[in-house]
Amino acid sequence: MDRKVDLSAPHSMGTTIIGVTYNGGVVLGADSRTSTGVYVANRASDKITQLTDNVYVCRSGSAADSQIVSDYVRYFLHQHTIQLGQPATVKVAANLVRLLSYNNKNFLETGLIVGGWDKYEGGQIYGVPLGGTIVQQPFAIGGSGSSYLYGFFDQAWKEGMTKDEAEDLVKKAVSLAIARDGASGGVVRTVIINSEGVTRNFYPGDQLPLWHEEMEPHNSLLDILGAPEPMSM
Amino acid sequence: MDRVAETERTLYPYVTGSSVVAIKYKDGILMAADMGGSYGSTLRYKSVERVKPIGKHSLLGASGEISDFQEILRYLDELILYDNMWDDGNSLGPKEVHNYLTRVMYNRRNKFNPLWNALVLGGVKNGQKYLGMVNMIGINFEDNHVATGLGNHLARPILRDEWHENLTFEEGVKLLEKCMRVLLYRDRSAVNKIQISKITEEGATVFPPFSLKTYWEFSAFKNPTLGAEGSW
Repeated sequence: MDRKVDLSAPHSMGTTIIGVTYNGGVVLGADSRTSTGVYVANRASDKITQLTDNVYVCRSGSAADSQIVSDYVRYFLHQHTIQLGQPATVKVAANLVRLLSYNNKNFLETGLIVGGWDKYEGGQIYGVPLGGTIVQQPFAIGGSGSSYLYGFFDQAWKEGMTKDEAEDLVKKAVSLAIARDGASGGVVRTVIINSEGVTRNFYPGDQLPLWHEEMEPHNSLLDILGAPEPMSM
Repeated sequence: MDRVAETERTLYPYVTGSSVVAIKYKDGILMAADMGGSYGSTLRYKSVERVKPIGKHSLLGASGEISDFQEILRYLDELILYDNMWDDGNSLGPKEVHNYLTRVMYNRRNKFNPLWNALVLGGVKNGQKYLGMVNMIGINFEDNHVATGLGNHLARPILRDEWHENLTFEEGVKLLEKCMRVLLYRDRSAVNKIQISKITEEGATVFPPFSLKTYWEFSAFKNPTLGAEGSW
């Protein structure tokens, strides 16, 4: 076991992040664990960050790098919206993220998933991994927890899902990744974006399904034993 | 002061494309590449278009870092735009585009900040076919058939044997498919989703993605340790 833990290791969001399109919009999902080395610095972080009213981004990798990139993009998009006179498109938001990621690739360590809805192309998901490549996909996964989800999505993903099917898929996937990835944990947050607007949801552990070798949580052993009176000598 | 210089260099690629193979044929150039974008050993993206038309006369295929390829496409967009703005009836042909790319790649290499790609540039202008290659250290040449990455080792021997002047379209496609199949068997970063593109005097066509059948019915495959139990 380590005797020395590095409490000043950079904050990294091990993370599981997901973005999925459905017929009408997108569902973004993420876990909530931010770690500093082995210590969990924040067990209820919000990794799904707003860029505009209609575009959000899922952040993974270095917490600092992803926050600063989101801040810059939000700033640029704000100006762009004023100049354009109408809401920015998801494609523009994703390309701004890509520009920052690509042009600073030597310094940044952050993988992002940009998702949103606009009136021209409807719901869209763009992946911007390390290095600054931009890839539009019907669904995207990222972060350390995503390693455990490639097989799951290959099997479970379907074109043309409903909003509820998409959100259930995202919830299930994040929860599966949390089960196996030490760097992911906490609660599952989802954000649904469509023509009607944005809905934020929050799912703590007790509202998620249990997987292999996981057990029903209880308040105490005593509840299970049928609470015999403690023996007094 | 040195710290600033040190941080301005590409150290390693992240999302990479595998081989590109291209040949001259009767009517122009045929180019093939799979649609894979690997992230280290993970086959992460399976619908990446790695061959794109450039202007009216050229096709550009790339292997290596995809973000650098996307940036090169942006540079070429600007180059073609400025060329069109002259509005003089002239247009950049494949030889000129290849030359431009060679300068870009070599100059970046001299600054120790390369675009981590191996590029294949093919095209036809005024009946003249052109096929060239340039990579991240600025090595460039033109030939009747080129390949990048593992294609150099696996595809080019096949092409040296079976390529000849004036291949028909069908013969060319079959030859490229033969190369891509070998790459599928033997390159671990290959993905079974291939795009073949052609460019002729009439223009560029990028065909829809397709998958290749593979053959496994060798008796030695079914029973590899016959007569030698414990071997592989």
